[in-house]
Amino acid sequence: MRTRRQEIQRFAVFALLPLSIFILVLVVPFGRGVYFTFTDWNGFDITKFVGFDNYIAAFQNDDFWQSMGLTLAYVAASLVLVNVVGFVLALLVTMPLRGVNGLRTAFFLPNLIGGVILGLIWQFLFGQAFPVLAEATGIPVFEENWLLDTTTAFWAMVIVTVWQMSGYMMIIYITALMSIEQEALEASLIDGTNAVQRLFLIKMPLMAQAFTISLFLTMRNAFMAYDLNLSLTGGNPYGTTELISLQVFREAFSFGNFASGQTQAVLMFVVIAIAALAQVAISKRYEVQR
Amino acid sequence: MKRARRINIFFFIFASVLAVLYAFPFVMVLLNSVKDKREVRNEPLAWPTEWRWDNFAEAIDRMDYWQALGNSLIITVLSVGAIIITSSMLAYYLARSKTKFSSVTFLVLVASMIVPFQALMIPFVGLFGDRGLGLPGNQFTIAFFYVGFGVALSTFLYHGFITNIPYELDEAAGIDGASPLRTFRSIIFPMLGPVTATVAIINALWIWNDFLLPSVVLLDNEQKTIPLRTFVFYGNYTSDYGLAMAGLVISILPIVIFYFVMQRQIIAGISAGAVK
Repeated sequence: MRTRRQEIQRFAVFALLPLSIFILVLVVPFGRGVYFTFTDWNGFDITKFVGFDNYIAAFQNDDFWQSMGLTLAYVAASLVLVNVVGFVLALLVTMPLRGVNGLRTAFFLPNLIGGVILGLIWQFLFGQAFPVLAEATGIPVFEENWLLDTTTAFWAMVIVTVWQMSGYMMIIYITALMSIEQEALEASLIDGTNAVQRLFLIKMPLMAQAFTISLFLTMRNAFMAYDLNLSLTGGNPYGTTELISLQVFREAFSFGNFASGQTQAVLMFVVIAIAALAQVAISKRYEVQR
Repeated sequence: MKRARRINIFFFIFASVLAVLYAFPFVMVLLNSVKDKREVRNEPLAWPTEWRWDNFAEAIDRMDYWQALGNSLIITVLSVGAIIITSSMLAYYLARSKTKFSSVTFLVLVASMIVPFQALMIPFVGLFGDRGLGLPGNQFTIAFFYVGFGVALSTFLYHGFITNIPYELDEAAGIDGASPLRTFRSIIFPMLGPVTATVAIINALWIWNDFLLPSVVLLDNEQKTIPLRTFVFYGNYTSDYGLAMAGLVISILPIVIFYFVMQRQIIAGISAGAVK
């Protein structure tokens, strides 16, 4: 056992600096941020405490609810589609196919690039390229610019999100598929299972942990999505595609409503925390104990 | 066997079609980056009639490309280096210390990972500019912030690895007269190579592409990174798409080169970094 002095010495050498930075950058602003929500903070001064007024105002704010609802729909759609597509891609590229490495690279590439640039690329595709493509091929789906209508703009964001994130999830699923014990698959072969049964009854339960992780990461990224939203739709048409993150940003920085923007940000944190805890709790029940 | 092969051919075609769809946006950007603005508008799908390489020179000029590239590189290297040092040391302390304080600290770090940046960025405004604390919006400030945000996940990754290193190694070094810091530097840290690679790659990709934090901190044009600078082509209305596409190509290029050089490490890093 170490002496108390040695313990303090070690703390000073190894932990003091990293923890100080962590506290200064994350803990203090978070605490200050929560404190601001109970005041009339305007970005510079506080003149009085307002109790729960900011929260009441947020709950009565239609824009906030609109944006929160849109975010939940976006998270749900991304959660399902990113992971279904990512999993299918992983299955495809773990088959004995020719050129598997090239395929993996193609699926993974969008993930390397930041959301802002991806959004600008697709703004061009939806606005300029697809309408011409629709005219040339006679496929009517893309005739109109998807970004000019609330519903199609929403799905445009989901499509780009799937394109961006599925490659990342694919990597996680590939790792999980590769680490399944061969014995389990061989035993099931002897039992006369077919490929589909092996997939659903052996492989998927054995890689439940990978699903937990991927679902968690997708959900977190989708809740916090900002770059893509800003550069693809910019919240348009008429602010109807503003996800919560962009809504918070504009409330604070464009309209100067700092206290109310911060209140919405804290509510966003609460929603993420609840969703993350619920998701992990549910997923854990499906994981096979080894 | 014949049936198996036919199925494989079917899946190969299916996978290839998907790969083409995934690559299509990049092909479109490349194709239109060398076109005249009128041609982009009228014939976005066609092969360029006249290759306008001037677009690239102009894009480099307009977005101050070399400066932005330098800023991005400095910020990424500085931040990733600082994250590696701080989080490996913190993880070593937490993994070797059996006090209640260290287990609580570890839990706080893990829990902090679900705090969205959006809940912190508004309190940050008071820190910058003339009316606030007057903190300079430069690469050191932003690296400091990246350490604060990145330290939790990286410490977590290091922690899992260090707990598997036998404590006897520390003891042996201690008997030989090495100080704790010396033990860490000469014995423990060199053993952390694989995690350090993972930590470096995960953080580098995040910081390189990050937009929101730099957009709040780096207000000076000369300090701006590539993701911030890409926006110069998109003002209130975008008139020259050829130029914008050239700008996107040069914005994407560094990270794609990085990927092809470090492909194996990147894939391994992502697989290893996804442990919860």
